[in-house]
Amino acid sequence: MTPDWNKDLKVKFTVQDPCQLVRKSFGDPVAEDLRYVVKNVVGEENFIDMSPNRSNNYCCGGGGGFLQSGYPEERRQYGEAKANQILATGADYCITPCHNCHAQVHDLSEIREHPWQTVHLWTLICLSLGVLGENEREYLGEDLKNVAMYGA
Amino acid sequence: MGEPAIKLGTKRSSTFIDKVKDLLPEGGNLDLCLTCGACSSGCPATGIGGMDARKFLRMAALGMDEEIQQSPWVWHCTMCQRCIYVCPMQINIPQLVFYARQSWPRDQRPKGILGSCDMALRNDTCSAMGATEEDFEFVVEDVLEEYREAQPEFKDMEAPVNKQGAYYFLNQNSREPVTEPDEMVPLWKILHLVGADWTYGTKGWAAENYCMFMADDEAWKHIVEVKAKAVEDLGCKVWLNTE
Ligand code: SF4
Ligand code: SF4
Repeated sequence: MTPDWNKDLKVKFTVQDPCQLVRKSFGDPVAEDLRYVVKNVVGEENFIDMSPNRSNNYCCGGGGGFLQSGYPEERRQYGEAKANQILATGADYCITPCHNCHAQVHDLSEIREHPWQTVHLWTLICLSLGVLGENEREYLGEDLKNVAMYGA
Repeated sequence: MGEPAIKLGTKRSSTFIDKVKDLLPEGGNLDLCLTCGACSSGCPATGIGGMDARKFLRMAALGMDEEIQQSPWVWHCTMCQRCIYVCPMQINIPQLVFYARQSWPRDQRPKGILGSCDMALRNDTCSAMGATEEDFEFVVEDVLEEYREAQPEFKDMEAPVNKQGAYYFLNQNSREPVTEPDEMVPLWKILHLVGADWTYGTKGWAAENYCMFMADDEAWKHIVEVKAKAVEDLGCKVWLNTE
């Protein structure tokens, strides 16, 4: 993995610590592992942490079945704390290493007309390895649709 | 002006909170609240429908069972456990919420969660979207074939299904095979490049478990057992669930 692709682009990233993975399961050590990977993928200087973070992070509002429970307004109200955290970082992308987080953070961005993009970690790892193809870029914004294209 | 004061009755002898205390180790510390408000001040669900974590706990402690058991707020708390993490007394509010969810008649719990749970109970894939064993195997093989042909570096890539004795048993959220199969590929590529010995299973492959959010103990236990059996039957050492 190399963050070279982002040396000149300087696209900024933040990361969502999934409650299930971090606070509820493996704690701060896994949050450190996550940052180690993310920084090696996007470049240390292009990573901006949200606050609070790690075990102290706010839930995005996608957990506990909220996405399926038929309370979209309440779910988005819950998500305001998360949206404000992400906006405060000024990052172009929020990396979400959890399914529920991805769906919720993506929705929170969509209802604000996409001030940030919401992307899976696996997408960025493959991008930094130079093996991400054209059809695997659903969640990348226009800025990265053609960057480090596999086979190009 | 503030909210109207809550009228207190005499506390009944056996209340909802007492039942929950009996179920939790150390009674979930539910009696130890200092009313400091650390829980609700750092909870994104605070104020939704006029409820918050501390208020919910106080109402339970006061025996206001009907009010809290009927409050839709139990579906707005995500049971994320941040409140326990910051609480000086480690009070288990999310478990209180879990049992309040459980006190709802099953057919009155949120339809979306109920439907997803019931769907997952229908077959051994545990897919909340109802994808069958055949569906899953077909999609995985189809997508793999396509990528092997189109991307030469990955012509030997594998996405094994039911590979006996593989080290890792990997779960997959239903959303990918059902609605965006290309999204499975980056993960396969990473596993291929690091040389991981892994497999999916036709049984128990779906990562989600809505029965847990439904607070349906029988059902979520069943789902976990089906998945655990699938892992054991294939003799896998590590069960990876990316949810
Ligand atoms: S943080 Fe704990 S002690 Fe403080 S109000 Fe909440 S439940 Fe009570
Ligand atoms: S578990 Fe519920 S009450 Fe506690 S912080 Fe999370 S959403 Fe709030």
